Amino acid sequence: MTIATQVMTINMGPQHPSTHGVLRLLLELDGETVVKATPDIGYLHRGIEKLAEHKTYHQFIPLTDRLDYLAPMSNNLGYALAVEKLLDIEAPKRSQYIRVIMCELTRISSHLLWLATHALDIGAMTVFFYCFRERETINDIFEMVAGARMNLSYIRIGGVARDLPDGFTEKTRDFINTFMDRLKDYETLLTKNKIWLMRTKGVGVISAEDAINYGLSGPCIRGSGVRWDVRKSEPYSSYDEMDFLVPVGENGDVYDRYLVRLEEMRQSNEIVRQAMDNLPEGEYIADIPDVALPKKEDLKQSMESLIHHFKIVTGGICPPVGEVYACVEAPKGELGYYIVSDGSKNPYRIKIRPPSFVNLEVLEKMIVGHLLADVVAVIGSLDIVLGEIDR
Amino acid sequence: MTNAIVFAILSTIKIGIVIGVLLLVIAYLIWVERKVMAHMQVRMGPMRVGWHGLLQPIADGLKLITKEDIIPANASKILFIASPAIAMVPALLSIAVIPFGDTISIMGVSIDMVITDVNIGILFILAVSSVGVYGILLGGWSSNNKYSLLGGLRSSAQMISYELSMGLSLIGVIMMTGSLSLVDTVNAQTDLWFVVLQPVAFLVYAISAIAETNRCPFDLPEAETELVSGFHTEYSSMKFALFFMAEYANIITVSAVGVTFFFGGWRGPFLPPVVWFLIKMALCIFFFVWLRSTFPRFRIDQLMQFAWKVLLPVAVVNVLITGIVMTLL
Repeated sequence: MTIATQVMTINMGPQHPSTHGVLRLLLELDGETVVKATPDIGYLHRGIEKLAEHKTYHQFIPLTDRLDYLAPMSNNLGYALAVEKLLDIEAPKRSQYIRVIMCELTRISSHLLWLATHALDIGAMTVFFYCFRERETINDIFEMVAGARMNLSYIRIGGVARDLPDGFTEKTRDFINTFMDRLKDYETLLTKNKIWLMRTKGVGVISAEDAINYGLSGPCIRGSGVRWDVRKSEPYSSYDEMDFLVPVGENGDVYDRYLVRLEEMRQSNEIVRQAMDNLPEGEYIADIPDVALPKKEDLKQSMESLIHHFKIVTGGICPPVGEVYACVEAPKGELGYYIVSDGSKNPYRIKIRPPSFVNLEVLEKMIVGHLLADVVAVIGSLDIVLGEIDR
Repeated sequence: MTNAIVFAILSTIKIGIVIGVLLLVIAYLIWVERKVMAHMQVRMGPMRVGWHGLLQPIADGLKLITKEDIIPANASKILFIASPAIAMVPALLSIAVIPFGDTISIMGVSIDMVITDVNIGILFILAVSSVGVYGILLGGWSSNNKYSLLGGLRSSAQMISYELSMGLSLIGVIMMTGSLSLVDTVNAQTDLWFVVLQPVAFLVYAISAIAETNRCPFDLPEAETELVSGFHTEYSSMKFALFFMAEYANIITVSAVGVTFFFGGWRGPFLPPVVWFLIKMALCIFFFVWLRSTFPRFRIDQLMQFAWKVLLPVAVVNVLITGIVMTLL
């Protein structure tokens, strides 16, 4: 005799502790095995791309913070690079190095939050608090630099908002000197932990070929063994002068993506050290009065600066007609901005290519046939942020 | 006749004291867990209510009592209301046969430091604690919530599997003492604790006990990152509190059984027996908290495999070896 069974549809999210924001997953379960998974997005849609069409090029910078709100510096940089490409200008060397320092600190901070929540999803609670301790220090550093802790808006078209403040060097050096030891602490809790290995090895596997076909980027594609990193393939902002490795995994499972991100944190730490050691003297923002904001300290002394400032802030800038695409290696993958300019002060269209959105598409392929508990492990290892998926 | 009256009075007093102390210990166990975990996790834990948050359990209790008690519209009402009690009562009942001290005599009346020394003590504990599973299963089922249902299913599967290896692990000790009474078990450990003679049984017991109480790394029934809150997702107010207290009462029970069977119960030098008993219990409970802040969580299939393919065979082999050795000696 056979007993009739029925699949159970379960609504995971948008309010669920481990869908990392407001992702809604429609899961069809056979017992605890996933038969079908349909992601439903849009709960955090704020129309950022549309808003851009009514803002000047400078006014859009604060909105980029709200994309991947765990990595505001990378979002700022991607946008600034795209506009700079459109204007055909380049930021001064010093500001490029400052951008590198900020972006790599952002990468560490974003990966820390990923590790914290990923470990918590799988049930390891203590790692969560350790990671937040370190992230707090990075937030303090950002507060010194940008005045805010989360939505930083520090990077400007043609440079950065202001020079590095006093005390920044000491604080950051303190951080990068202790961080390596702290990473070891996390590894003793997880990397060789039998339960952690059982939960992550062979779960959420994606082959290198599939990863390329799905257009994955960042740690998700590197975990499958594809050495693809925008910092290496199309170096921007002086990344070609930094000496660092791009870690890759072998099996493309949750564990490999975990190892890749841990190693990336080490490499980022090294990049910050190098950039701080070799930080050149010079201007922190390009001296191009009609597009780049003048230095803040000049405003009180120089009438020309005041006029330029007034003109840019009230009227905006009018870049030449054209279309550009610029991308950066954000902590979650390739973050691209496609800007269409019609020559007016507002962009005609801005299309954002968020890494999380593309990476999320692979979710169903990874979890069908696995158990409910693997769903949270896989979502965690994809490291999605709904802010940039919904935009 | 007088004997019967004395017995009734004494038993009532003992039950009163034990229940009172137990409930207080449960409340403060939650405080201890929060504090110990907090300090392991570079934070302070409760600090605001009283000195170092010492009054926190009372504040929590008051809060839970005054919370709105919600019963979901589609829930099966009777079962929904009954299941927290079904979970809580067995957890308290099993303490009744645990001895926490030697016989003392006050005013010529000798008093056993155990509510009742049943000659099938451990069977009683195993039987009663099995009933607790119904509380969780029915609670999960009657809530009419899919997450609760999954939590309830998980816990019934888990607790039934681990109960077997838990019972089998104790059989080794029972064979050596030749008695099911817990008082006899303690008395048999005058010279040597059973943890030395039965190390494998102890390991199996420890692991099954953690699984049996749904604690990390076996906390799947209430895995909050997967099942929101598992079987008690829909519960609020004191009904939730009862489930919560039942979990901690179970921790106390399994710790007490563990101490009784493997660490000589209340036996120890210098200090009074009850103090020794409490110290040993506290160490066991600390171990529980320590595990929780160290390990990730198992997955349901791994958990079941571990129970049936590893723990159960090991426990059976241990019983066999104990039998063989006892026959030969």
